[in-house]
Amino acid sequence: MIPRHQTVLFVVLFAASAIMGVLLWNQLRRAHDRLLRGEDSAPTQAPQVAPAEQATLMVANDADNTVQPRILTLPLPQNPEARARAILGRLLDLYAAPESTHPVPGGASSIAEVFLLPVAGASGSGTPDGPELAVVNLTGAFAASHPSGLETESLTVLSICETLNANLPRVTEVRFLVDGQPRASLAGHADLMRTYLTNENTAAVGGGRQ
Amino acid sequence: MVLDAAHGGDDPGGRLGGDTEKGFTLAFSIRLRSLLAARGFAVVMTRDSDSSIDSDRRADIVDHAGSQACLSLHGSMSGSGVHLLVSSLAPIQETRLLPWKTAQAAWVLRSVSLAGVINSALSHASVPVTLGRMALPAIDSMTCPAVAVEIAPDRSSDSEAPSNLDNADYQARVADALAAALVEWRSESREGHQP
Repeated sequence: MIPRHQTVLFVVLFAASAIMGVLLWNQLRRAHDRLLRGEDSAPTQAPQVAPAEQATLMVANDADNTVQPRILTLPLPQNPEARARAILGRLLDLYAAPESTHPVPGGASSIAEVFLLPVAGASGSGTPDGPELAVVNLTGAFAASHPSGLETESLTVLSICETLNANLPRVTEVRFLVDGQPRASLAGHADLMRTYLTNENTAAVGGGRQ
Repeated sequence: MVLDAAHGGDDPGGRLGGDTEKGFTLAFSIRLRSLLAARGFAVVMTRDSDSSIDSDRRADIVDHAGSQACLSLHGSMSGSGVHLLVSSLAPIQETRLLPWKTAQAAWVLRSVSLAGVINSALSHASVPVTLGRMALPAIDSMTCPAVAVEIAPDRSSDSEAPSNLDNADYQARVADALAAALVEWRSESREGHQP
């Protein structure tokens, strides 16, 4: 025989549990509704894994055959090779955007890798401040979709070389690969077999609209 | 005078609307050859059919022709008007023996001068022009004044309607201006006004 006071206690505790369950369910629904009401439908900002810094992009313009500096603030990694890749990726994002002054499809994913190596035989080579050769590995898709032409291809090459030199002053020479292999030209015109000297590019660009 | 129609054979060059660059450059060089012949030029072409020809062979033809100048003809759908490009080699003094890959260095000042004459003629014909310098493997081995002439559609704001590359009037305007420039260049050569 169960004592009467235990029966009463069981009923009271059962009722309290039921009431707490209902209250908890109700709170859960309210919190869910509150979250839905406060939800922002705008795209979330990409996580920044590096502090934002200023970078100088040398942006090509097909209309007057020039390369002009444009300063942007970007999250840039500290590793020089990753930094070079991030900067060149931003440059190619500009070219892939609508209303680009130098339309080239592909964007940032067109830069597969950037390697920085000491310049062989140069004075100071191998020292912390010595000159460096940048090897830019482009994707085959980028080369295949690049518009064909002497001017447009040379502007792409020159803007990449000058952008590297503007942000990584130790880069004095640039070579190009496509899918990790040497390639004769970008899209039939710009020579990709040669080593580009960043100081000669400034002279080479000296054209412009007449 | 040497006219070099770029690309050819298994190298089609870029796509120019419904045409290939190799077809456009060949047709344009034949048109320009007629205009130059009518003005008394002896014209040599690096190709007059759809044949493959590499950059060394092009330079070889030019160097053996002993020509006053060479125009390397290209076409593009990028940019606007005519793009004049000269070798980016640094100038050097002419010597009896020149390295094959950089022979143009001894002629690059005269090439710049030729580009200036062509620029004036095209501007006079209201064709927009851009000037530039770049590594040009075929031209870098040529031992005469040489300019790459890349013809793009006229997208300038002052033109009444954008001219496509297959527009006969636009092609005629560019070809006439190039012929006039080469006549001017020849007369300057005779008078010794060139560098």
